[in-house]
Amino acid sequence: MTQRNRLPERGRVDRSRTLRFQFNGRTYTGHPGDTVASALLANGVRLVGRSFKYGRPRGVIAAGPEEPNAILQVGTDPATTTPNLRATQTELYDGLVCSSTNGWPSTERDLTSVVGKVGGRMMPPGFYYKTFMWPSSLWMTYEKGIRKAAGLGQSPSQPDPAEYDHMNHHVDVLVVGAGPAGLSAARTAARAGARVMIADEQPELGGHLLASRATISGTPAAKWVRRQTDALAREPEVTVLRRTTAVGYHDHNFVVLSERRTDHLGPDAGGVRERLHRVRAGQVVIATGAHERPLVFGNNDRPGVMTASAVGTYINRYGVVPGERLVLMTTNDHAYHTALDWHNAGREVVAVVDTRAEAGGDLPTEARACGIRVLTGHGVIEAAGGRSVTGARVAPLSADGESLAGTTHELPCDVIATSGGWSPVVHLTCHTGDKPVWSEEVLGFVPGETRQARVCAGGVNGTYALEAVIHEGVDAGKRAATAWGFEATEMRDLAVSVAEPSQDPSMKLFLVPHHKPVTRAPKQFVDFQTDVTAAAIEVAVREGYESIEHVKRYTVMGFGTDQGKLGNVNGVALTARARGKTIPETGTTVFRPAYTPVTFGALAGMERGGLLDPARFTPMHLWHVRQGAAFEDVGQWKRPWYYPRHGESMQQAVNRECLAVRQRVGMLDASTLGKIDIQGSDAREFLNRVYTNAWMKLQPGRCRYGLMLKEDGMVFDDGVTACVDDEHFIMTTTTGNAGPVLEWLERWHQTEWPELDVCFTSITDQWATVTVTGPESRNVVAKLCDDIDFSREAFPFMAWREGTVAGALARVFRISFTGELTYEINVPADYGMHLWEAVYAAGEPYGITPYGTETMHVLRAEKGFIIVGQDTDGSVTPEDLGMHWALKREKPFSFLGQRSLDRSDSRRRDREQFVGIRPLNGEAVLPEGAQAVENPSNPVPKRTIGHVTSSYYSAALGHSIALGLIERGHDRQRERLHFMTSDGRLEEAELCSTVFYDPDGARQNV
Amino acid sequence: MLNIYCPHCGEHRSEEEFHYAGEAHIPRPENPAELSDEAWGDYLFFRRNPRGLHHEQWYHATGCRRFFNVARDTVTYEIHESYPMGARPSVSRDSEEAA
Ligand SMILES: [Zn+2]
Repeated sequence: MTQRNRLPERGRVDRSRTLRFQFNGRTYTGHPGDTVASALLANGVRLVGRSFKYGRPRGVIAAGPEEPNAILQVGTDPATTTPNLRATQTELYDGLVCSSTNGWPSTERDLTSVVGKVGGRMMPPGFYYKTFMWPSSLWMTYEKGIRKAAGLGQSPSQPDPAEYDHMNHHVDVLVVGAGPAGLSAARTAARAGARVMIADEQPELGGHLLASRATISGTPAAKWVRRQTDALAREPEVTVLRRTTAVGYHDHNFVVLSERRTDHLGPDAGGVRERLHRVRAGQVVIATGAHERPLVFGNNDRPGVMTASAVGTYINRYGVVPGERLVLMTTNDHAYHTALDWHNAGREVVAVVDTRAEAGGDLPTEARACGIRVLTGHGVIEAAGGRSVTGARVAPLSADGESLAGTTHELPCDVIATSGGWSPVVHLTCHTGDKPVWSEEVLGFVPGETRQARVCAGGVNGTYALEAVIHEGVDAGKRAATAWGFEATEMRDLAVSVAEPSQDPSMKLFLVPHHKPVTRAPKQFVDFQTDVTAAAIEVAVREGYESIEHVKRYTVMGFGTDQGKLGNVNGVALTARARGKTIPETGTTVFRPAYTPVTFGALAGMERGGLLDPARFTPMHLWHVRQGAAFEDVGQWKRPWYYPRHGESMQQAVNRECLAVRQRVGMLDASTLGKIDIQGSDAREFLNRVYTNAWMKLQPGRCRYGLMLKEDGMVFDDGVTACVDDEHFIMTTTTGNAGPVLEWLERWHQTEWPELDVCFTSITDQWATVTVTGPESRNVVAKLCDDIDFSREAFPFMAWREGTVAGALARVFRISFTGELTYEINVPADYGMHLWEAVYAAGEPYGITPYGTETMHVLRAEKGFIIVGQDTDGSVTPEDLGMHWALKREKPFSFLGQRSLDRSDSRRRDREQFVGIRPLNGEAVLPEGAQAVENPSNPVPKRTIGHVTSSYYSAALGHSIALGLIERGHDRQRERLHFMTSDGRLEEAELCSTVFYDPDGARQNV
Repeated sequence: MLNIYCPHCGEHRSEEEFHYAGEAHIPRPENPAELSDEAWGDYLFFRRNPRGLHHEQWYHATGCRRFFNVARDTVTYEIHESYPMGARPSVSRDSEEAA
C-alpha cells in the first residue's frame, strides 16, 4: 500500500520508520507521529464509518477530540480491546488493529444505508423522547436493533489484565492545555515559584502550534514550543503530563485528569495503562483553546467535507494532503491559511468560497496573488457525491446570508473544507455550573463568571491572535501565581511579537441557505454523531419545544460520545433562529464531565478485586481457614459462617453445630463485635442519655444489655456494656455498627453535651473474643483459669471478671446470646489465636464444636433475640419489638428517642410488631423477606401486613422457625397467616411467642 | 469534591475525609416531654434547605474525629468559614442581607 497523500517532506512524522496497521481488515502503513486518522488519510481512505441513524457514509472531519465520525474499536483481544476511540487522537503503533464501530454489517456496504429512508422514517426527530414516554417494553424491542446499528462498539468481554491507578496531587497552579497560552502561563507561574502541573491531551506539548507556520519573534513556532518545553523541564517544581486530558473540573478546584500511558505503545507495553490524577489546585489556568466550527450545508457529511483547520493540521503536522482538489468555504480570513497550505503542498485549490461580500485582508490578498480563485459573496449550498465528495455546488448569497441571490454552479473537487469561525472550548469552565456567555465579538460562547479560583487564557476566551494569546497566557500565569501568594517576575523571553496579517471582520453564519426550504433541502447536518439535521431542529421548535435543553433531548443533539463538540453552537444558533430569538436568549446546553470518554478501568484504578474494599480478619482467622470454614462477609469482616465437615451440606453442618451447643459446648470467634472504651467522671451519665435503660446502679463487675435509639425513637443498636469502675465502662456494639455508634456518641458529646467529662476510644481491634457456650462451658473455662471462681454464686449471670485465662490477661463476661450458659473471654488481640487453641484443646474432652455466624443466628432466633439491622430496619421502636422492659422512662434526663416513643405515630395501633412465626409445615423454611397476607383468596394486588425478618430450621426443636414484623402482631398470637415463598407458593404459618426455646431461661441460669 | 477546612486540624482536607452531619445550630430541646408532637416533630424532621447560605455540621471522620460547623452556599458550594462547635458564625443570613 502506498501513502499516496503523504508529502515527501513537512510535518512531525518520522518517515524513516514505517508502521503497519489494519483497518477494517486491510493493511496500511504510516509513520511514528501519525494518528490513525492521519495515516488513513495518507492512504486515501475516506470512509471510516456509517452514521448512527441514517447509515450514511462518513469520513474524518476533524483532527482532535471534537471528531464525531472516526470512532474506532482498537485492538482485538477480548480483554483489552477499547471501543469508542477517536481515530484523531489514537496514536499509531506497529501492528495496530482497528475497525469502524459505526456501520453494520459492514462499513463499505451498510444495511441501514440501503434502508436509509426507512430508518429515517422509523426514527424521526423525537424518536427517543417519544419512545421513552411509551411503555418501556416497547423500548426493549427497539433497543436491540438500535444498539447494533448505533455503533457503540464492543465492550471488552474478559477481565482487563492491565493495571490502572490513581494519583492525588496538590499543586499551586494547574494549567490545562499546553498550547501557546498554557505554556506561557505555566512558565510564568513556575518562575514565580509556584508548584505547577501542566497537562495536555496530545503526545506533544504545543497545541495548534504543532501545525502552525507562524514565527514568534522570528522563531518558528515549533522551535519556540521546544524552548518552552525545555524551560519547563528545567523547573524543579513543574510536572508535565502528556496524553492527559482534564476530563472533569469539580468544586473547589478539584480537577480530574485522565492519562493514557501505554496505549500508544501497543497492547504488550505493560506497566500502568491509564492513570487518573486527582488534582486539588490552588489556582487553575484554563487554556483549552477553541474548536473550529464547521458550516452547515446540504450533504455536508459526505466523506471529504472537513474543517479548514483540520485540513491545515493534516498538511502541516502530519505531511498529509487529504485530497487532490480543494474547495474551501469560509466566513473569515483565518481559514485562508488552509488554502495557502494546500496550494503550497502542490495540489489544486479549485476556489475559496467566501460567504462575505468582500475579502480584502492580507491572507485573501496573498491567496489571490498565488493565483487562487476567490469567490466572495458565495456559499457552498450542497456537496455532490456519495461515498466521497465529487463537487461543491456553489451559489451567490444575499448580504445577510439568509437566502440565495443567484443560480448554482458546480465546482469539481474531492475535499470541501469549511470554517464558520471558532468555538472556545469552554466545557471545563461549565462543569461546576458556571454559565458560558455569548460574545457577539467572538461569535462564540466564552467562559462566564465563576466562583472557582481560575483564570482563562487564549482561545478559550476567544482570543486568537498569537501574540495576544501568549501575552494572555503570561498574564494568566502571573495572576494565578500572585493570587496564590507568589511574587511574579517579568518573563522577558515571553514578551514576544508576532506579525499578524490584517483581517476583515468575520461573518455570522450558521446555516448556508439552499434553494429548497430546510425541511426539503438535502440533509444539512448539525450534529454528525447523532445525525441531527437543521430540519430536525426546525421540527422540534415547530412541535413546541422551546428550551434549548428540550430541543437537545428531543433531537438528541449533543448526546453522542463527542458531546456535540462540533455541532452545539450551530444547533443553538439554529434553534434561536427558528424561535425568532437571539442566541443569548436561547442559551446553551450544559456541558458535563467527562470532556472526553474515560474508561471504567481508569475510574476504578486499583480499587477492584481484592482491593475494592478493605478486608478485616480476626486474630484467629488462619485457624478457621485451616479448618475449612466457609466465610461470610459482615461489613468488612470475614467471619466463619459454618465449619463443614467432610461431605456435609451447609444445613447439615449448621444442625450439627446447633445441637453441639445445646447438648455439650460450642465456641465462636466473636472478636468482630464493636468495643468502645468509655471513660470519664460523667461516663455513667452519658450512658444514661444514649441508652433507653438505667445505668446509675450498675456496679463494677456487672454488665447490662442496652438498647440505643435514634432521636426518632427507632432502634439503632444494641449490646452489652460492662462497668469497670465508676468512671470506666466497656460498651459492645453490633459488628456492623461499631463505626456508626462511635460517631453517634461523639456527635452527642461534641455537639450537645460538651460539658460532660467523657471520652470514647474504639478498642475493637485491640481485643479478641472467644465465646464458649453450652452446658459444658463452665468445665471448659475452669480448666484454663485459676484466678476466677466460676461457680454460679461467685460469678452470676450478667457479671464479668478479670483474670488470667490460658496465661493471658482476660476479661470474662457471663452473658448469653444463645440461651445457654456462656462465657465470653476477651484477651488482648495478640493472644487471640493462643486463647482459641487453648479453649479448643481444653474443650476436646467435652466435644467442643466451633460454630459460625449461621449457627449463632439460629441459636439466637430460637431464643427470640433480635439482630439489629436484620429484624429491625430503622422503622422499629422498642415497643414494636416487645422490649418494653428495656425502657426506663423515669430517668431524670430524657434519653435519646424517648420523646418520640410518645409521638402519635409511635402509638399507632396498627404498627408492625415483632412476633414468632411457626410454619405449619415444619420442614418449610420461609424465605426471609416473605410477605404476609391474611386471606390468600383476596384478589391481586393483595394487601400485605408484614414480612419475615429471620427464618431458619431449628435442629433443637425439630422444625422450622421464623421471626417477623406483622401488623398488630402482639395481638395476633395463634393467628394463621400466609407467606409468599420465592417460587410463588403460599406457606401457612402460625404466629407465636418470639421465644421458641427454653422460655423460662432456665438453661443459662445454672 | 469540596475542600473543607477543619478548624481542629487547621488544614484543608478533601470532602471524602468528612461526613456531613446535618444542619447546624439546632439545639436539642431541654425538656422534650413538655413539647407538643408538632414542636417535637419540627425539631426532629424539619430543616431549612435554603438556596444560598447554609450553616451545617461536618464530622472529620477519618481525621481528628471532631465535629465542627461550616457556612456554605448551597448554590455555589462556596465555603465562607469553618468554626468550632459552640461558636457563632461570622457570616449569617442577617449579615449577608446587611452587606
Ligand atoms: Zn480535623
